[in-house]
This record gives sequence, C-alpha cells and structure tokens, in this order.
Amino acid sequence: MPYQEEFLLRAYRSMKTIREFEERCIKEFMGGNVPGFVHASNGQEAIAVAACIDLSDSDIIGSTHRGHGHCIAKGCDVGGMMKEIMGRSSGLCKGKGGSMHIADIDKGMLGANAIVGGGPPLVNGAALAAKTLGTTNVALSFNGDGSANQGTTMEAMNMAVVLQLPHIFIYENNGYAEGTAANYGLGCDSLTDRNAGFGMPSECIDGNDFFATYEAIKVATQRARDGGGPTSIEAKCVRFDGHFIGDPQLYRGKDEIKNARKDQDCLKIFRDRVIKEGWLKAAAMNAIDKEIMVEIEKAVADGLAAPHPDPATDLLSDVYCSY
Amino acid sequence: MSTAHTKGNQMTTNSKIAKIAGTTSMKSYREALNDAIREEMRRDPTVIVLGEEVSGGAGCDGQDDAYGGVFGVTKGLMPEFGRERVIDTPISEAAIIGAAAGAANNGLRPIAELMFFDFIGVSFDQIFNQAAKFRYMFGGKSKTPMVIRGTVGAGWRAGAQHSSMLHSVVTHIAGLKVVMPSNAYDAKGLMVQAIRDEDPVIFLEHKVMYNNECEVPDEQYAIPFGEAAFPRQGKDVTIVAISNMVTHAIAAADILAEEGITCDVIDPRTVSPLDDEAILESVEVTGRLVVVDEGNPRCGLASDIAGIVAEKGFHSLKAPIRTVTAPHTPVPFAPALEDAYVPNVDKVLAAVRDVLGA
Ligand SMILES: Cc1ncc(C[n+]2csc(CCOP(=O)(O)OP(=O)(O)O)c2C)c(N)n1
Ligand SMILES: [Mg+2]
Repeated sequence: MPYQEEFLLRAYRSMKTIREFEERCIKEFMGGNVPGFVHASNGQEAIAVAACIDLSDSDIIGSTHRGHGHCIAKGCDVGGMMKEIMGRSSGLCKGKGGSMHIADIDKGMLGANAIVGGGPPLVNGAALAAKTLGTTNVALSFNGDGSANQGTTMEAMNMAVVLQLPHIFIYENNGYAEGTAANYGLGCDSLTDRNAGFGMPSECIDGNDFFATYEAIKVATQRARDGGGPTSIEAKCVRFDGHFIGDPQLYRGKDEIKNARKDQDCLKIFRDRVIKEGWLKAAAMNAIDKEIMVEIEKAVADGLAAPHPDPATDLLSDVYCSY
Repeated sequence: MSTAHTKGNQMTTNSKIAKIAGTTSMKSYREALNDAIREEMRRDPTVIVLGEEVSGGAGCDGQDDAYGGVFGVTKGLMPEFGRERVIDTPISEAAIIGAAAGAANNGLRPIAELMFFDFIGVSFDQIFNQAAKFRYMFGGKSKTPMVIRGTVGAGWRAGAQHSSMLHSVVTHIAGLKVVMPSNAYDAKGLMVQAIRDEDPVIFLEHKVMYNNECEVPDEQYAIPFGEAAFPRQGKDVTIVAISNMVTHAIAAADILAEEGITCDVIDPRTVSPLDDEAILESVEVTGRLVVVDEGNPRCGLASDIAGIVAEKGFHSLKAPIRTVTAPHTPVPFAPALEDAYVPNVDKVLAAVRDVLGA
C-alpha cells in the first residue's frame, strides 16, 4: 500500500469536514444565520487537503475569498471558524473578519483575502522570510483562474522566480471567475504554459483526483524546501455552488452542476479509489462521516449560542490609536 | 461652483429641472443610473462601459448578461449595445482603469466599473498619477473624459475589504471630480453630467441605496457639479451630509422639527468640486454646524468641511463645529460592530443637541 492508512483517513476526514462545513454554511446562510458574502468551496476539497496535509504550522498558506476549505485543511478550528463566519466575538478573528477575511496566524494561515490577487505578494513575503531566516519552511498561495489575470499575481510569480523563493503557486481552475468563463479571462490557451513562461516548473493536474494533486504538490514542496524555488500547479476542478451563496448562476449550462456532482465529485472519486484498491474500508469512512456530522452540528449550535461582540469594548480594540 | 446660490434645489422641490423634464416615474437608484447610462450610450456612440461582470456570462454556456454588474446597474446594456461597447474584462483593475484613461484621450468616453470601490487599491496609479494629472501636467492639451464607478460604504456585512468609503482619498487628489449621489434623482442627473464631463469623474454609489426610490424625470437631465441640494431648510443648525448619510440627516431634521428646532440640511452631492459657498451661507444664518460623514475621521471630508468653515466662517459660529463620522478603524464584519460603526440618526441628533447646548 503506497499510503499509510492513518494518512488516508486523515485526508478523508479533512475533505469530508470541508464538504459538510460548506454545505452547512450554505444552509445557515439561507436561514439567515450567516451574514455578508460567503463563497463556498464545496467540490474543490481535494486540492486544499492535498496541498496542506503534509504542512506544519510553520509552513504558511495564503488563501482567497473562497477560503474555508484552505482553513480547515491547514488545521484551523472548525468551531472557531463557524463563530467567525457568524460574526461572534469568540470567532477566530473575534468576529471582525468574517468569511472573506478569516485567518489563523498560529496555524500558518495568513488569511482569506477579499482582494483578488491580494495573497500571492504576501505569500512571497512569507517565503522570503523562510529563505532569509534559513528555515526549510515553505509557503503556498491559493489562486483562482480569474486571479491569474491580476497584475499582483503575475508580479509575485516573476519575483518568486527572480529571488528563487520557496513558494508554490496553486491555481484552482474551477472554470469560472464569478460569471465569466476562465477561458474568456485567460487570453492564452493554457494557464500552465503561461506560468511556465515565468521560468518556473509548471504542471497541470486533475484537481478532482486527490492522489494526482497530492503527488504533484509533494514534489513541488520538496523542491522548495531544498532551495529549488517556486512551482506553479494548475488543478482543474469544479465549483459545486454559486460564486457566492445565493448566486442564481444563470451563466452556467443546463445540467452542468448536476453532471459534475455525479461524475467529478472529488470525495466520491477518493472513496471509490481507496475502496477499489483495498486501502480503506467503507465502514471506517462511514464512521468518520458520523463524527463529522456531530462536530459540525456542535459548531453551528455553539456558533449560534456564542455572544456577539460588544461595541463598547470591541469596536475600538486592536487599534493603536483612536480618535 | 455656484456663485449666486438659490435654495430649493432638490428632488421634487427642484423645480427647474423637473419642469423641463415633463413626465416622471418612480425609479430606484439602480434604475436611475441604468437610465442615465443607457440614454447617453444611445445619444453618443463614443460612450462605452467596461469592467468585471458589467454584462456577465462571457464565454459561458448559460445566459448572457447574467449579472449586468454585480449590483445590476448595467443590466440590459450589453443586449442593446453589444459586447463591443459593454465590455466584460479579466480581473485586472490596473488595466481596466488604464484602458479607460487611454481611450478617453483617444476619442472615447469610457465608464469603467471598479465594482467595489475598495478595488481602487489595485489600480491606484492609473487613477492618481495618470488620469488625474494629464490635463494639468500636459499643459491643458489633454482631455480625459472618463467615469470610474464603484460602490462604497458599510451596511452589507461585507467586511473590511468591501465596505470602505475612500471618497476622502480621491477628493484629496487634484484633477479628479468626486460625485456621491444620495438619491435616485441626483444619481441620474449626476451620472449624465459625469459622462458628458471632460475630466475624470469618480462616481461613488452607496451600496445600501440601490433600491431606494423617488420620482425621477423620464428625460435626460444633467445636474451641474458643485451645486449642493437642500433636502430640508431651517435656521437653527446646519447639517452637512453626503451619500447615504443624507438619509440620516433628513431623519434627524424631521425629528427635531417636531421639537421646534429647524435644520438646514445640505447635501453637497459632489465633494469635488464642493459647494462651500452654500455651506458658508447657511452657517451665516444658523451659526451652528454639524457635518455627518461615513468616512474615517482623520483627513476626511468632515474635517475638511469643518476646516473650511473654521477658516472662512469663523465669525458666524456660535458654537464649536461637531463632526459625526465612523471611528478610525477598518469596517468590522460582525453585525453588532458594523451597526455601531456607521453613523446613525441618534448620533446626528446628539451632535445637533450638542451644538445647540441642549
Ligand atoms: C481586486 C478585486 N477585483 C474583483 C473582485 C471581485 N471578485 C471576487 S471573486 C472574483 C472572481 C475570482 O475568480 P477566481 O480567481 O477564478 O476564483 P473563484 O471565485 O473561482 O474561486 C471577483 C471578480 C475582488 N474581490 N477583488
Ligand atoms: Mg475560478
């Protein structure tokens, strides 16, 4: 067996937690318990988990507006996340950030980012710190197909090559940037080829396949730890829901989502593979499913019961000076 | 800016424009903006719209014009004018603004959308070093007739990076005009002026106002920049408010009117150019000034207006000027905090009572 059972169970648990978390967020949002703008990452779980599963807390990731999955994969507390997304004072950012600005520095999670292209330059900084301080830490940025077209992203890629930074640029190509097709926004035929043009190794993989994604990122991460500089990995994937929760998605083709959920569900693909190979038993995964349901249920109940921040004390905290 | 100042320049009380315009309809802020842009595009083939999702659905299998802008302001324009004139762009704000500025210097009148005005950060050089400076820096030989639209403000639980005001940042920059309509009537007339204007105009729409309705003339009309409106008139206190804060200023004035306190509510409508004369004339009568602004307090519009009045209207003042602003923090996400962050009617009332010594 090429993978340890413990590893496979951890991978499954992490992916399934993301799936349940996102689906529950959608439900709670629709029920009015989650305010603001929320971008769910269900469908894209394999990439987040494949990228983060081998990282330690001192390896850094930078995320996007679609960041819940990256947080969970990096080990953020699910209860603290739910409270944050519900705007409660015991949330990961004391309710000041919300879904689009969720962060957990202690876990090496530099933040979701509501500015498309906001992350990669920051992640270069984390990589620069690792290189300068002589650690073997690496830094990963999550990017979308749409954010590939942002100047900040391209500047960061070039600088990462020039400075040979230990930065893995992961592109989650889910085919859409809001309601615009990825291949409309990208002027080139292949993002992977474009990124190779920056002078870094660049690979395209099936992001619905946890194992293919994991193997590609593992090679890139090792290269970065060994001083071999940045890598680009484009993972093709599917966004199961709207750009934001509540998006009517008029721009999507008929049956597109239905078919994707049937044929391109990374969780199903994982389960089928590990069962077929005889690596895991269905019962072991079913047991995990049950535990996760309990965990998510508790996260929601705790979130709803958690106190709101108190404007008298919390509005002006975490500032260096108030007027 | 208006020299001879006539009061009564607002909505249905603004008779000059309403009379010319003939019929009116109830329109939302969103619809009024859509009307303005559509009619200008019909009238002038050099007007184009560009930005992310201004139509939506580009390259997709589903419906075209799927968004019409994420707030629906440009909905229906692409089906009428085509993708040549209603251009969905990649997520590249610097290139969007630069293209608009360059096109403006070469025969087009672009309306570039920044979606959330917070995204100005990514494109700032093209705005403040490029578009804003051309006219002066090139010795008056360059014209940059462009509009940059964006939504501003808190209230949607959108968090720190989607809720900023930033109007004071752009107002600080010489060469930009800055427009902030507080109702559908002004939104239409100011948008028409913005499109016809020969200079770069920053057009800031407050996201909580898109559904607000009022009577709007069906015909096109332009509201000149630098002319304030007077949604309420009074003699005891001057309240200057901008954008969505006008709503709170009016509500406060109406409550105070029942107590026999009358307020002169001034909506400058454009903060650059600013109708400072209207404000000074009003303070001459009232001797008391409250400025309400959703922006951060330091180097902001409220302190700017307070500074102008302190400098030019000092001898009219009977009490210290009061400003009502957001605190000096980013916009918090939690509803409990966001609600406390944004100035509201109670805060305006407290400030008015304060300047009255009541
Ligand atoms: C600078 C900036 N421009 C535009 C937006 C609005 N916006 C948010 S997400 C998004 C699409 C991003 O697409 P992609 O990078 O493919 O990520 P995905 O949503 O597919 O995960 C856009 C245009 C933004 N948040 N920041
Ligand atoms: Mg995408």
